[in-house]
Amino acid sequence: MKKKYQSKAAVTRRSFSAGLGAASVVAGTAPFNIVRAQGAALKVGVLLPRSGYQAGIGQDCQRGVDIAGGLLKELGYPALQIVNADTETNVDVARSRAEKLIADGAQLLVGAFDSGQTSAIAQVSEQKGIPLVINIAAAPPITEQGYKFVFRNFPTGPMILRDAFLNQKAIFELTGSAPKTAVMMHVNDTYGMAIKGGVGAMFPKFDMPYKIAEQISYDPAARDLSVEVAKAKATGAEVLIAVSRLNDAILTTRELVKQRWSPMAILSIGPGWYEDQYLKTLGKLSDGPISLVPWYDPNKPLSGKLGAALAKAHPDVGLSTNHVYTFEALLIAADAYKRAGSADPKALAEAIRTTNITNNVSPGPGIMFDAKGQNDKLLCSAIQNRGGKLVTVAPKTAANAKVEWPLKPYDKRA
Amino acid sequence: MPIDIYLNVAVGGILAGLVYGLMALGLSVIFGVVRVVNFAHGEMMAIAMYASLLAFSLFKIDPLLMILPCAVLLFGLGYCLQGVLINRFITRPEHSQFLLMVAIAIIITNIQLIAFGPDARSVQTPYAYDSYQFGRLIVDADKLYGAIAALVVAAMLFAFFRFTRLGTAIRACADNYTGAQVVGLDVKRLYALTFGLGCACVGAAGAILMLSADVTPQFGPVATLQAFIIVITGGMGSMVGALLGGVLIGLTAAMAGLLFTPSIKAMFVYGILVLVLLFRPQGIIGKKTS
Amino acid sequence: MMGRLTDGLPRRALVLLALLLALAVVAPFCVGDYWLTVLILILYFAYTGQAWNIMMGFAGQLSLGHALFVGLGAYTTATLFAYYGIPPWIGLIAAVAVTVACGAIIGFLAFRFRVAGVYFAILTIAFAEFARTGFDNWSFANGAAGLFLPVAQYTHNDLWQLRGHPAMFYYVLLAATVLVFVASRLILKSRLGFYCLAIREDEQAARASGVNTFRYKMYAVMISAGMTSFAGMFYAFFYNNLFPEQVFNISRSIEIILAPLVGGVGTLGGPIFGAFVLEGLAEGLHNLLDTFGIDIPGIKQVVFGAVLLLVVIALPEGLWPWIARRLGLAERR
Repeated sequence: MKKKYQSKAAVTRRSFSAGLGAASVVAGTAPFNIVRAQGAALKVGVLLPRSGYQAGIGQDCQRGVDIAGGLLKELGYPALQIVNADTETNVDVARSRAEKLIADGAQLLVGAFDSGQTSAIAQVSEQKGIPLVINIAAAPPITEQGYKFVFRNFPTGPMILRDAFLNQKAIFELTGSAPKTAVMMHVNDTYGMAIKGGVGAMFPKFDMPYKIAEQISYDPAARDLSVEVAKAKATGAEVLIAVSRLNDAILTTRELVKQRWSPMAILSIGPGWYEDQYLKTLGKLSDGPISLVPWYDPNKPLSGKLGAALAKAHPDVGLSTNHVYTFEALLIAADAYKRAGSADPKALAEAIRTTNITNNVSPGPGIMFDAKGQNDKLLCSAIQNRGGKLVTVAPKTAANAKVEWPLKPYDKRA
Repeated sequence: MPIDIYLNVAVGGILAGLVYGLMALGLSVIFGVVRVVNFAHGEMMAIAMYASLLAFSLFKIDPLLMILPCAVLLFGLGYCLQGVLINRFITRPEHSQFLLMVAIAIIITNIQLIAFGPDARSVQTPYAYDSYQFGRLIVDADKLYGAIAALVVAAMLFAFFRFTRLGTAIRACADNYTGAQVVGLDVKRLYALTFGLGCACVGAAGAILMLSADVTPQFGPVATLQAFIIVITGGMGSMVGALLGGVLIGLTAAMAGLLFTPSIKAMFVYGILVLVLLFRPQGIIGKKTS
Repeated sequence: MMGRLTDGLPRRALVLLALLLALAVVAPFCVGDYWLTVLILILYFAYTGQAWNIMMGFAGQLSLGHALFVGLGAYTTATLFAYYGIPPWIGLIAAVAVTVACGAIIGFLAFRFRVAGVYFAILTIAFAEFARTGFDNWSFANGAAGLFLPVAQYTHNDLWQLRGHPAMFYYVLLAATVLVFVASRLILKSRLGFYCLAIREDEQAARASGVNTFRYKMYAVMISAGMTSFAGMFYAFFYNNLFPEQVFNISRSIEIILAPLVGGVGTLGGPIFGAFVLEGLAEGLHNLLDTFGIDIPGIKQVVFGAVLLLVVIALPEGLWPWIARRLGLAERR
């Protein structure tokens, strides 16, 4: 039975690639979708949640896709034919879009930010033998399933936490001061819960100087965090550890100001506190929070180039995690294509497995994968908001500024 | 925990509840008179919020000043919607009405996504961080202004229904459809007027809410659900009930979040909803309808 | 039984049904995997739509929280499999028990306290949301971080453990969908169905005639809930991961009821026809927009919503009754 279906897929792909030529001519007129080149381009399907609940993040990742083409060409990589698909933040749509992309001849998939949708796409990918390069998705189980065609160039929850603790220690050492108590506020969604569980499991192993007084969770759709911040303030903790998304980061800061509480530091493990919208909305009140997140290494030359390309295409958008890792996913695809010399998915998968890119953007020795398809050499950074921009304060290898500690009290800012 | 935290949280909950109560008021008026369940209620509020956002970002107009324009805009929208579409659905079964409003909601939400993008947008008024201190009680300026505005709008609506001929006519329609027609009232026009008024409430609430909340295209469904919870708790068809329901829900959610973990405050609210549905479906204030 | 099943259907309808069934059985051999996935989605929504239809179309109770039963079925079978290694079909027995019990509770509370119409709908939403936040915080099922089932190979089909090629899932779902339609038809023609229809038409009259409305409404709710749990099991084992936020979400409940609403509430053909039309429309829109290179997120949903609007305005009974009349497939009463 299995053979029949495999040959079915092959026939479908072959017959479709004949139509591919025609389709690409039509599609070539669409803006931003296709990067035309002389030779056969690798057809890459990019799946992102561009509508629905996660639309903000999906569309931000899309920016990384849109600027990748030109930059990859400049670096001498072969051309990629990128086909965009919207998962609509829905697992059914994610799966059917992935199937459609493959049926239409995609030889490699990139995506999809959300762990649930990515997992569904990974199953399709694995089944069809089409490599999937995950740009962003932190749930560990995805690379624990024994897949041979799924690769993730993004730290897992445990990796993010490990570096969070290590970077915090580095900062405490640099400033010579360490807090004794902390309170944690975390959003009650997949990411927040994973980090919370991770903290519980890993905290004892790192021998941190502070104790976590309380863990306060809240609904991701909350429009008002006054209760949560009141509770946090009441613990009397010195430091606020936050696991939030953009909206809650803004809400929390507003409450901190209103309730007149300026902790010694705000340590965020996750998105929100460094995003453009946060910086823009809060102005002077946005300075100070330290985010312990996957980021880019400002000392690597490619980071500068990526930042410049982004600034040209979107002048008011700062380079951040979404762009970096989405770009790197495409970088991996182009690099594998170059080394494999063919667009055969099996060959590509093998090539990806032996990836070793040192001229990249993310911190750490570079992009390489372990036996499970995970890049376990990635390092996360500690970044701090400063004057509407972001500087890296740890780890030392990726740092470009000195940390400002403690947090400047909110009522002392003009 | 010191007593002033409880007090602050409680007061905050009440003030916020008043604004949501205003939104629910619109829903209550619509259902009480026209007997149509407006499942696109939250989406209409989002329209008002985006309008208020545009006014602020383009012309620096304070959301409080946008209350009237938003109310007028939504009134027009509601009036047209009722006249063109919803009128023929009054006699149709609930699931048909539901499908109609769901379709409208999908269209509105995604047009907003296309027009404004997915990111949360907010308004930063100069007094956004101000607060008033009454002894140990700290009250946010924006919440206070919002609550006062909500009360004013609600009072105006109440006065309209109580003291004007048009308002009396509408109440007659609600009480006795056939009787109203016999007496010679143009029921269809009055329905359109009522729907428009209900939407105007929502428009005002939306403008007020921009003071303290963000708007995203996904805001609609959450707000609709909340409006329903408030209306049912307070009493479908009763204006005081809607406001009271808003205050009660706002207070409960706030206190539950404080006393227990904030993430289960939603469960508390739904728990109250279930209890109300079972034991007092007419709500706190509502009359028992046949 | 076959007599009762086919009694009243014009010959045309029977032939068409047989043809459709034959096509459905052969489909995986003719279409690519993409269309197979689309067919699976169609069958999934046809199945859940029909299960929901039993509560709505037969007993007149509008449920807007059916995702509750899907989620309960999914989590029950998934946790039993992931933690205790219990195969899904055995787990299904537990899942059905859980959902039937839940349906009974909701039904009892609602009917005992005379909660009807819109209020009943809101009650179902409340229960679904309650479950969503509850599961989000329940660490046994891994809370909001999500429950992942160990994914196995695709090289051979293990029907007992529901691991294998999508074609296997397709046939399982096809069999279930056929069964649920047959069951619905039988119920419709039975005393239970007769009483339910009477209740739907005029509950007070039915009660006056001596029908135990409470009991029959309870039956409808419990059957509907129990049937829906299978859909949950399917979902869990097809996607291999569960997140309370996505499984119990109100948007899921709304998705479930779109097919029967568009197709025709209370009719047998409604849910499946509705599922075909809606999925076909969604995929068609995707492909159309792709062909024209239009890449604006959200535009597909706007067009989708517009079509829904047109359908609900123009065809109040749903698409299927209209088509059936045109094609002479309607039942002779």
